[in-house]
Amino acid sequence: MAKVLVFTEVTSDNVKSVTYEILGKLAGNDVDVAAVGQVPAGAVAELAKYGAANIHSLKGDNLDKYSPEGYANALKEFIGNGGYDYVFAGSTSLAKDLFPRLSGMFDAGMASEVTNFTMDGGTFAGTRPLFAGKCLAKVEIEGPKPHFVTVRPNALGMPTSETPAAGTAADASVAAGEIRAAIKEIIKGASEKLDLTEANIIVSGGRAMKEASNFKILDELADAIGATVGASRAAVDSGYAPHSMQVGQTGKTVAPSLYIACGISGAIQHLAGMRTSKCIVAINTDPDAPIFTKADYGIVGDLFQIVPILTEELKKIM
Amino acid sequence: MVNFDLSSEQKEIKEMAMKFAKNEMMPKAGEFDESGKMPMDILTKAWELGLVNTCIPPEFGGTGFSTLDSMIITEALAYGCLGMNTTLMANDLALLPIALGGNDEQKKRFLTPFTESYKIASFCLTEPGNGSDAAGLKTTIKEDGDHYVINGQKMWITNAGYADLFVIYCTTDPALKHKGISCIVLDDKNVAGLEIGAKEKKMGHRSSDTRAVTFTNVRIPKENLIGNLGDGWNLAKMTLDHSRPMVAASAVGGAQCALDHAVKYAKERVQFNKPIAGHQAIQLMVADMAMKVEASRLLVYKAAWLLDQGKSNTELASYAKAFAADKFMEVATDAVQIFGGYGYSSEYPVEKIMRDAKLIQIYEGTSQIQRLVIAKEIFSRS
Amino acid sequence: MNIFVCIKQVPDTETKITPNGDGTYIETSSIKWIMNPYDEFAVEQALLTKQANSGSTVTVVRVGGVKDTEALRTALAMGADDAILVESDDNLDSFMTAKALKGAIEKSGKSADVIFTGKQAIDDDCLQVPQLLAGMLNIPSVSVVVGCEEASGAFTLKREVEGGALEVYEVKSPALIACNKGLNTPRYASLPGIMKAKRKPLAQHSLADVGVSDADRRVKYSNFQLPPEKPAGKKFEAMDEAVQASVVAEVVGLLRNEAKVI
Repeated sequence: MAKVLVFTEVTSDNVKSVTYEILGKLAGNDVDVAAVGQVPAGAVAELAKYGAANIHSLKGDNLDKYSPEGYANALKEFIGNGGYDYVFAGSTSLAKDLFPRLSGMFDAGMASEVTNFTMDGGTFAGTRPLFAGKCLAKVEIEGPKPHFVTVRPNALGMPTSETPAAGTAADASVAAGEIRAAIKEIIKGASEKLDLTEANIIVSGGRAMKEASNFKILDELADAIGATVGASRAAVDSGYAPHSMQVGQTGKTVAPSLYIACGISGAIQHLAGMRTSKCIVAINTDPDAPIFTKADYGIVGDLFQIVPILTEELKKIM
Repeated sequence: MVNFDLSSEQKEIKEMAMKFAKNEMMPKAGEFDESGKMPMDILTKAWELGLVNTCIPPEFGGTGFSTLDSMIITEALAYGCLGMNTTLMANDLALLPIALGGNDEQKKRFLTPFTESYKIASFCLTEPGNGSDAAGLKTTIKEDGDHYVINGQKMWITNAGYADLFVIYCTTDPALKHKGISCIVLDDKNVAGLEIGAKEKKMGHRSSDTRAVTFTNVRIPKENLIGNLGDGWNLAKMTLDHSRPMVAASAVGGAQCALDHAVKYAKERVQFNKPIAGHQAIQLMVADMAMKVEASRLLVYKAAWLLDQGKSNTELASYAKAFAADKFMEVATDAVQIFGGYGYSSEYPVEKIMRDAKLIQIYEGTSQIQRLVIAKEIFSRS
Repeated sequence: MNIFVCIKQVPDTETKITPNGDGTYIETSSIKWIMNPYDEFAVEQALLTKQANSGSTVTVVRVGGVKDTEALRTALAMGADDAILVESDDNLDSFMTAKALKGAIEKSGKSADVIFTGKQAIDDDCLQVPQLLAGMLNIPSVSVVVGCEEASGAFTLKREVEGGALEVYEVKSPALIACNKGLNTPRYASLPGIMKAKRKPLAQHSLADVGVSDADRRVKYSNFQLPPEKPAGKKFEAMDEAVQASVVAEVVGLLRNEAKVI
């Protein structure tokens, strides 16, 4: 049994859902949860159900906004005092930036973005994709503790049974220390939706979208099912969508439960970025498009005809 | 000893030129083929990166490439688009006689401006009545005080509508055949008596600009004559020793592109429940295509290497030109065949490549003329 | 300004990846190596920063195998002034790589005013080296940068986070900036640039020279394998308008009842 801290981020009334996925997989270990800021009461109860012994809300000056140094300094002190063997987090924008710096402060190793792991005998062993998912490998961490691990959202799946623990909520006071790189302002993105890398459902458009304005039919489909809209490299290179929407080897690697590819032929670089999706639906007029070899459900048809029908059909049941 | 390795600089040159071809030329090749317009932005960018006018010596502002280097560049540019490559390659064809036979003052005056901004040149040899029989050209050159006066018509002149400089082959007397031919530079495109014809409509290389050029009492200063009167035939032959391997290199680039498209398509296209790459009929075709491309490339490299060694390459240059052009035509035709119906559609790129391939067997000496050159070289030895 | 760029050589994105015989890494014998695509943005941003600050130098550093050094040469041909190569295997872990980069920068005798890197290398996809290196050098870092403005050593940086939102950072030199696609358009190495690069200095060190040993390894990989192939899916013909509604209804039913994803 290992002593583990799961670092999480507070959302409006809960914490990031990947935290629950990690907790489910850590059942049987001595697990605490910590977030910078106040963990909402509802989340405390929920985290307890899935095995959190202690739930720490870390508080201190200059921590209202993220900064790599401020967060790293604050957590360094807290983790050092806690005697943890492992520190986990979901592989979010924040954790991807924070965890390497933090692990370096302990001279410790880190496994990035694992898609599965075991804790046999209290020792971590993970599986992670490399080369944009063209390869999988087993990853183990050596050297000084604690060891750091980030986990790809949606990869483990939500725990199917509860493993209740004490769930004692406590505040801890931490210090941000010197912050040399600080956020001056935050510019909101075009979409208020979940980021592609966290989205549970993604609707993506390819070159066949023909122009940027046609993405509105994908937006309508996405709105109907709470999805985030993505794009292939061909669509991004043609100027139909910004690079922040690109799925693939030089874009984002995603693993949603459902990936709907509209007018995407399925170039090898695109497949590399979405092949680990649980369920893939492809809509394309070319019956031989490579995307169909990866699709669970393929519809040979014109996306401009099929997508509106699909939107209406999904609205009926959602 | 034989060494087939490119130097690390040559690998980088190839890498960079291929990147330019794939990122800048290929995405636009179809569009400019259809419109027939000159892609000035792409051509200028190629010039900015040093991909054009590779024959200019470093003393006059050039980069100092070997002949082999320029083959590597041409192959890559032709991979991107045969039509755009023709526009770019025509500059070298026109500038080569100056680089090979001009005096230092002429090189400075004519070549250096091409290193300072993107300028366009035309090589004027072929006439309406004289293609393969180039020595029978009828455009005349006559002395008149401190000028020469040019009269006649040239045909199929690449870049003519855009050229800043024309290199003209003409004769003091058609009866003298090759002994009467001279080479002169016209660097004033507004000169009286110069008339540029309408753009020709062509099967391929459609983004390149091809026109007739007519000279009516065009006066050119005497200091623009390259070498002496009567040196023209020799200059043309020296130019062709460089330019024929270059055209052959463009055939290799086009053929490699057709092959790559075919291989990619064969892996994706499924018939009889498996990718067509799994069918022997396709495998045999692809293997033949690959052999032809590589054999052509080796001939090009050898023809260029001989020149870089200061050795005669006339025979090898014709081997390379005839072989690479003919094999390109075959490879392009097979690529269309592998694509089937899609190959015949302009939605896919191989249809254009097949149209482009045909010209390579014709310009810069037809495949038949190359064989005559080769036979002449063979029989002159024994 | 002393500007450093850290680059990595990675397999071309179109390369087919196969595990090696004992599953400890991938088969590298027939791989075509390229400069990590995100590092191209770093090189470009370094050159832009140099252009805006006369008297600056750009030093490009790479840790990796020596068989092909094209990525370094490409950076020199694009306009970097000198290069440092730390010779190693191609599969060092992030900690060793960061430590080697730190050692190489320190050994250059120049103190780094700014270090540009790609936001991640597309081979191991770890996204660790930039932050680790900044931490080891005790300088601030900003990652996933899509906007970069600089005036007298003060940088205003846009970092892309979830949902396309941008965090705007202000940071003074020295700092590390990890670059994302969209930051700039990397220039081509010009042919004259390639010829000039031949004469630019390229220092070469061993891992030991820069203070890295096998004791620095933190992460161990094994069992490299190809991902499992999915079983064939179901395909529905719906080019004909008459069948579209029923096909869509059937697929929605399958998503709900068979795949259980909605």
